[in-house]
Amino acid sequence: MQDYQNQRATVLQILEEHQSMPGNLLPILHSIQDTLGYIHPSAIADIASALHQSKAEIHGVVTFYHYFRQTPPGKHTIRICRAESCQSMNSKGLEAHAKQTLGIDFHETTADGRFSLEPVYCLGNCACSPAITIDEEVHGRVSPEKFDQLIASKGAE
Amino acid sequence: MTRLFISRDSTALSLGAEQVVTAFQQQAATSGKEIEIVRNGSRGLFWLEPLVEVETAAGRVAYGPVNPSDVGALLEAGILEGKEHPLYVGKIEELAYFKDQNRLTFARVGLTDPVNIDDYLAHDGYRGLHNALNLQAADIVKQVTDSGLRGRGGAAFPTGIKWNTVLNAPAEQKYIVCNADEGDSGTFSDRMIMEGDPFVLIEGMTIAGLAVGATQGYIYLRIEYPHAKIALNQAIEAAYARGYLGENIQNSGKTFHLEVRSGAGAYICGEETSLLESLEGKRGLVRFKPPLPAIVGLFGKPTIVNNVISLASVPIILDKGGEYYRDYGMGRSRGTLPIQIAGNIKHPGLFEAAFGISLREILYTYGGGSASGRPIRAVQVGGPLGAYVHEGQFDTPLDYEAFAAMQAVLGHGGIVVHDDTSNMADMARYAMEFCVEESCGKCTPCRIGSTRGVEVIDKIVNNIEKDKNTVLLKDLCNTMTFGSLCAMGGMTPFPVLSALNHFPEDFGLSKDKA
Repeated sequence: MQDYQNQRATVLQILEEHQSMPGNLLPILHSIQDTLGYIHPSAIADIASALHQSKAEIHGVVTFYHYFRQTPPGKHTIRICRAESCQSMNSKGLEAHAKQTLGIDFHETTADGRFSLEPVYCLGNCACSPAITIDEEVHGRVSPEKFDQLIASKGAE
Repeated sequence: MTRLFISRDSTALSLGAEQVVTAFQQQAATSGKEIEIVRNGSRGLFWLEPLVEVETAAGRVAYGPVNPSDVGALLEAGILEGKEHPLYVGKIEELAYFKDQNRLTFARVGLTDPVNIDDYLAHDGYRGLHNALNLQAADIVKQVTDSGLRGRGGAAFPTGIKWNTVLNAPAEQKYIVCNADEGDSGTFSDRMIMEGDPFVLIEGMTIAGLAVGATQGYIYLRIEYPHAKIALNQAIEAAYARGYLGENIQNSGKTFHLEVRSGAGAYICGEETSLLESLEGKRGLVRFKPPLPAIVGLFGKPTIVNNVISLASVPIILDKGGEYYRDYGMGRSRGTLPIQIAGNIKHPGLFEAAFGISLREILYTYGGGSASGRPIRAVQVGGPLGAYVHEGQFDTPLDYEAFAAMQAVLGHGGIVVHDDTSNMADMARYAMEFCVEESCGKCTPCRIGSTRGVEVIDKIVNNIEKDKNTVLLKDLCNTMTFGSLCAMGGMTPFPVLSALNHFPEDFGLSKDKA
């Protein structure tokens, strides 16, 4: 994990920018994650101090939401939908294939740092199940073969 | 110059719409043909996406599904003149799937450029707001009450009554909050509106602001919808630039500000009080009610929390009057429901219809049966907290009360189809597992009951004291139904018990034991 000292200036600047916004904690966390890829556990003290809250409160919020992460992600984040519509089109088979192909389980990152794998509960692409996202790209009717093609195209980047 | 329409809707994108756009741009340039590509919303006939529509002398004709590799042949065949080709589907408006709908809320989706305010105005946009600006607040609320509109998020609470409560709550500051945390599997109507006609939502929220005296609105949008966020922000910017948002709206002296806020992957934040906590920057823990959010809502102020479709239905009500909207529907379910047909179905899509249409019509007349070609065994209506409905119930009309009468819910109008390869004990287990994953943890029946539920279902399926554990599962479901703080724990028993009661064989039980 990178040293927080390298990230701190960025975090402090984000805190400064959101100072007067009502209900600013989620926007702050999003901004940090969008910029740095994750929320470094050491950032929590700075956020708490800026918002006049306890570290426990900030930690509680960071860990409540599935989307926020406290470890660096791989170069690409793959999210596989686990919800009912995708299950009706055999997303379980796709999930098993993805885990085997990448050699990782959910919430893990491949050893080469290329891919992180996360579960997701509905992408709103239920008319074309099973669905996945790779970073912000949505893909529908993803067969194991299509998954392999997508991974190959990302791996070549 | 020929105009083409290729959707920017995320489902169209998920099937390669962007690559189709690139192929058209490149190949038209090479062959010296002048084209302009409009990025519209989706018509909602998803088996035809990526759909390409062409504006011709004879009207707007469609081709689909188009792959990038088809583009050369399509140009060769004369797509720009609307000529024949194996992918030619004709005018969308003439297809039964589209023609038989009652597109009120979705009138413009797929037709217009979603972020072009002039296109919106040219297609009856902002007529509702202009009418509202000439009405007293109470009269705006009356139109909504008269329309019979009920909350389309799933709870079906009368929208007009909610608005009236906020109108009559005295406060310096009030808020309009749009619940765009559309987390139910099988639902995508909110997403389609936000990507395909964001102005109608913005207009609906502005009218809500005028109706109750609120000057600030927030759209709480789930993080899983990045394309909706882009479209909403583009439309909000255009509305500010043209005086439809901000101070002194259309020189009326009225103010309404609007901002999009992102969720962070918590299903529970679709519950209105959890959503408010999240907007305030806290863990999404469900609040006790009362007080109602209409009295003590966001930052402790009176707040309207409405679903996207509820708010997006308001402009047409204010444009054409509450009675116009109320004339659609049946019983106490008035107006239209944007039905989302999903899962294992041949013709998935968005089908906006007046209440009263039957599941069977949706599944077979329009849906075309399962995608796999196998028999449809069960459909889950209303998201992960909705009951599994079996073949014998398919003639039930889509109506809030008719569904409640058979221990089911319409919810947000999503229908997920399963063929006969789905194991319903697995689906029941998943319903409990989902509740474990997404429970906010505040109340015990939901937090602990869901974990015990997974264990008990495993025991039943693995033949461990089967009869005893079946009784226990029903007892547990009873506790969750009546003891949970919100619908998360309170409705998880719907899918579980419907699977158990209708498909006992999947649990290794005979009909009389379940």
